[in-house]
Amino acid sequence: MKVKVLLFADLREVAGQGELALELPEGSTVGGMLRAIEGIYPALAGRLPQVKVAVGRRLAGPEAVIRPGEEVALLPPVGGG
Amino acid sequence: MDQVELTRSPIDVGRVLSGISDPECGAQVLFLGTVRGVEDGERIEYLEYEAYEEMAREELFRLCQRLRARWPEIRKVAIVHRLGRVGVGEAAVLIALSAPHREGTFPALAYAVKELKETVPIWKKEVGEKGARWKPAK
Repeated sequence: MKVKVLLFADLREVAGQGELALELPEGSTVGGMLRAIEGIYPALAGRLPQVKVAVGRRLAGPEAVIRPGEEVALLPPVGGG
Repeated sequence: MDQVELTRSPIDVGRVLSGISDPECGAQVLFLGTVRGVEDGERIEYLEYEAYEEMAREELFRLCQRLRARWPEIRKVAIVHRLGRVGVGEAAVLIALSAPHREGTFPALAYAVKELKETVPIWKKEVGEKGARWKPAK
């Protein structure tokens, strides 16, 4: 399945793009997606341990399953205010 | 009634405060976060804010719900956050709430500021004389 992953802040700058287009097996988890990103985009790998993942605009743990068409985002440590 | 806004324009404090006024309320408290011109001895030129806008709005509404669950006396809440470039001295964030009496409003406001900084997907890039860096919440 195709999954669109949104990037923000330093992740967006390091990747040089605001989103990644991934092809993942059906039933992939958040953890599986992060491992795939590590392999495909080594420049991002060092930052992924600090990243939280949102699926459908809610934080999701590594075991959460990504369904086709869901909006996925990688959130580096936040710092509003 | 909760008002949540992400804006690229300067924050109009008077307009936001009139939005939380309520004839049954005798207390309005507000936190205005402004851009410091010095950070660890370095002169700062401006901050640049970025957000995952749709989720940030949803998280801000969830924050309002948590506030109301802990302090049910709160009547109105307004949270406004700037996006894009914000210059030194300008307001980057405004959190305001109203209640019949002041008791509880100060801890509620402090809680809201802390939660905003730690849970809402907004990022801040600090641009100073030594360069630019993304600054997570402390």
